[in-house]
Amino acid sequence: MEIQPGSRLRNFHQAKWDEEVIFELSTPGQRGLHVPEAETEISDLVGDGLSRIPASMRRTTAPALPEVGQMRVLKHYLRLSQQNLGGDLNVDIGQGTCTMKYNPKINEKIAASSKAQDIHPHQDESTVQGALRVMYELDLFLREISGLDRFSLQPSSGSQAILTMAAIMHEYHEVRGQADTRDELITTIFSHPSDAAAAAVKGYRIITLYPDEQGMPDVEALKAAVSERTAGLFITNPEDIGIFNPRIAEFTRIVHEAGGICGYDQANANGILGITRAREADFDLCFFNLHKTFGAPHGCGGPAAGALGATRELAEYLPVPVVGYDGSKYFLDYDVPHTIGKVRGFYGAFPVILKSYAWILSLGAEGLKEAARVAVLNNNYLLKKVTEIPGATSPYTGGKRRIEQVRYSWEELYNETGIDTHDVTRRMADFGFHLWQSHHPFVVPQPFTIEPTESYSKEELDEYLDGLRHVVEEARTEPETVKRAPHNSVVHRIDESSLDDPEKWAVTWRALLKKHGRTAAKIRS
Amino acid sequence: MAGADRVHPYVPNSVPEVKARMLAEIGIDSIDTLYEDIPEELRFKGKLKIPDGITSEMELERHLENVLSENKTCRENISFLGGGCYQHYVPAICDEIAGRSEFLTAYAGEPYEDHGRFQALFEYQSLMGELLEMDVVNVPTYDWGQAASTSIRMAGRITGRKVVLVADTISPDRLQVIRTYCEPVMRIDSVEHSNRTAGLDMEDLRTRLDDSVAGLYLENPSYFGTVEESGRTIADALHANGSVFIVGVDPLSLGVLAPPSQYGADIACGDIQGLGNHMYFGGALGGFIGTRDEEKYVMEYPSRLFGICKTERAGEWGFGDVAYGRTSFAVREQGKEFVGTAAALYGISAAVYLSLMGPEGMRELDQNIMQKSQYAMKRLSELDGVRLRFDAFHFKEFVVDFSATGRTVGAINSALLAQGIFAGKDLGDDFAELEGCALYAVTEVLRREDIDRLVDALRAYLS
Repeated sequence: MEIQPGSRLRNFHQAKWDEEVIFELSTPGQRGLHVPEAETEISDLVGDGLSRIPASMRRTTAPALPEVGQMRVLKHYLRLSQQNLGGDLNVDIGQGTCTMKYNPKINEKIAASSKAQDIHPHQDESTVQGALRVMYELDLFLREISGLDRFSLQPSSGSQAILTMAAIMHEYHEVRGQADTRDELITTIFSHPSDAAAAAVKGYRIITLYPDEQGMPDVEALKAAVSERTAGLFITNPEDIGIFNPRIAEFTRIVHEAGGICGYDQANANGILGITRAREADFDLCFFNLHKTFGAPHGCGGPAAGALGATRELAEYLPVPVVGYDGSKYFLDYDVPHTIGKVRGFYGAFPVILKSYAWILSLGAEGLKEAARVAVLNNNYLLKKVTEIPGATSPYTGGKRRIEQVRYSWEELYNETGIDTHDVTRRMADFGFHLWQSHHPFVVPQPFTIEPTESYSKEELDEYLDGLRHVVEEARTEPETVKRAPHNSVVHRIDESSLDDPEKWAVTWRALLKKHGRTAAKIRS
Repeated sequence: MAGADRVHPYVPNSVPEVKARMLAEIGIDSIDTLYEDIPEELRFKGKLKIPDGITSEMELERHLENVLSENKTCRENISFLGGGCYQHYVPAICDEIAGRSEFLTAYAGEPYEDHGRFQALFEYQSLMGELLEMDVVNVPTYDWGQAASTSIRMAGRITGRKVVLVADTISPDRLQVIRTYCEPVMRIDSVEHSNRTAGLDMEDLRTRLDDSVAGLYLENPSYFGTVEESGRTIADALHANGSVFIVGVDPLSLGVLAPPSQYGADIACGDIQGLGNHMYFGGALGGFIGTRDEEKYVMEYPSRLFGICKTERAGEWGFGDVAYGRTSFAVREQGKEFVGTAAALYGISAAVYLSLMGPEGMRELDQNIMQKSQYAMKRLSELDGVRLRFDAFHFKEFVVDFSATGRTVGAINSALLAQGIFAGKDLGDDFAELEGCALYAVTEVLRREDIDRLVDALRAYLS
């Protein structure tokens, strides 16, 4: 369907270079980089360095890495980058739950300075005072934002922060001699999958609460679930569907009365900065994803950081080291009486920590709250507009407001036209948009989840809405166009049949050649 | 700081007229209404004790530069620090690609918008596969500690056994990560090493092998830089016991050293920081796991595994998730451990790095590192009272024993620091038997004169 007059949609086409896989570019003898030879004085003293390698540890054949000239390597990866959409380039509001906001370039510039890149974790503390100050002050900022008493910046992501919460919870009960008997963790289906999965890694049996008719985690179900086996509760709020659970303090009370620990999944806190906090809801632990709410980029899926806060009591269990300040110097503090030890090498994802620190400094106290309020405004504007599109609904509305995101449904569109949420996603790609569905399982039928953040102007939100309207219109008038999408992307519909077949899947180039023959290469022709 | 009354550059819809228009569309008067579901008692009523925003980018830059100026870097000084984070040369193109907006700011798009990241990470897996001579490698996890921990849990599931033996020559940092992650579901027991070579004590291993042992985790080179020569013997002993052999390895050593698969390892793991990623205070880590392409191994990975496939159009490569149904994304706690955001961008830099280096670059790199580290070992051991702790072939790192000098490692390191030398890490805190010893790392970025300066400074201090 042609783009309609007045629509803000772009006549988009993604770059398509038809780029080879790097191994197809290899020419024996070509070089991408030289390594300097050791000085003569060195080889005079120790020889070639290689002849002493024990026979059993000599590599028998050189690694079959490609041999490609430098410019061609550059061009290859530049082309691949152009075949990737990237948040800087699109209206990236269709990846709900992930807070795809602007990642300021000044933060990248600072993080790329030698003063940030070229420091080693085992340097004397006197030589890393700048880095330690960044970590200490970020801890102070996050204490304010959460109301909790101390943060560890060590966890590498939200999921690892959940694992850390599970380890703390386990140690807490261990100290009380109840680790063996308190073996159940309660969560909700609209909490992130890792709230369940990472806790299970520590051996917990998972009890998942489903929502009541209004989309709220069911308090009665919680009451029925707690017992002397309850280790704790890990819960997201606002949940994935964007509704704030107003009875959250009742949840923590019920779990505390049962002797459990309460962990608040604030991976995405973008709508509530300065509005409501873990402290007021009486949580013992909470974490923030610095790569979501706090402006650090997502890097195709990391690096990331899940800053983990604790009350004074539970701060005694945090991973070591935390960062301290004695009034004149910053230091790595290993004096944490019940520490669980470590969850990651060294101290945390420093570049991510630095970028988030810079982001908070730029916004300031008032700016944080304003960002949250505008993110919520943007979301509710979209909620109004999306639900005016025939075929789109927002289940669980029930008079409830939404905070920073909404899980919508294409169920009506699907029933009417046979176009499902994956079809819509693929067609949206034709206009330079990403649209994500939902975590699994799909409790909301034919789901899609939008989170606009504070970063996008009204005009850009309107452009995205025009995209949804266009695809929905096509679903009714020319469904084949939607079903056969994408048309303007790098690739056409992917034949996924081999990806679940052990005989056919290929996770590396060498596996592809083994399974499909030397000419595999030509499976594509 | 000026700016409170101005629209912040990061928040375009703060313009009052825009807000008013949007509120009118929603049919409400105030943003406050949108928060009406949050009960009063849960509202934060104070003011955040966070400074006013530094909304001018110029002033923000100045402030941050000022804070970071308190750091003294390994480029401004001479560093012999290693132990899991290394100063290797980062090629310019690695920074260029990792800094591309399209990769840096992307996240979780479908292969239809994000073909590029799927292909780049498939290539990362493939390049690592060549280095490791293994057919399956994951999208990067957080770091080596996580990769080792997951490898151990995989071994537990594959064998249905609960105990994993860990060589006591692995990084102490890593051992803590492994314990946090694996206990109490699994039990971690340690295996001793030879006091002379730091090689695995085969007698100790044999006495510990029984039908409860899921596998052994060993690092080669060890935390002390020593190279284990008996990999094949260890592998045979484990396999005869139905146990899995897991080897942690520095991928940068594999230009000339045998990959773990060559001596019988079933799972290899390690860190990709050195492959085109800066040190960042130990903050730029990324973990890899490699195995054979056997269903029983593949189905135990928690990580994303990107596979190559066809599209409906002849002549196109497509990419997608292999066996997605095993992940926690698909089935929550029923999945294998958990998966989420980890270290993908570092995988892309590593792909660029390996593409640039090729087989010859990796060989040259290893030769350079071996020559320079052997040079440093030889020069240092010529000093009075200074000796090398282990008698073995080393890669990149080695343990220097200062206990006969009458000086503590702390005192030595302070004296060297005053001369702009970041000396080797004191091992006494982590290993009681290595009191008076320090771990030195020598990479390709050090020049002969840097090593000579260390030797001269030490000689002067110790005499």
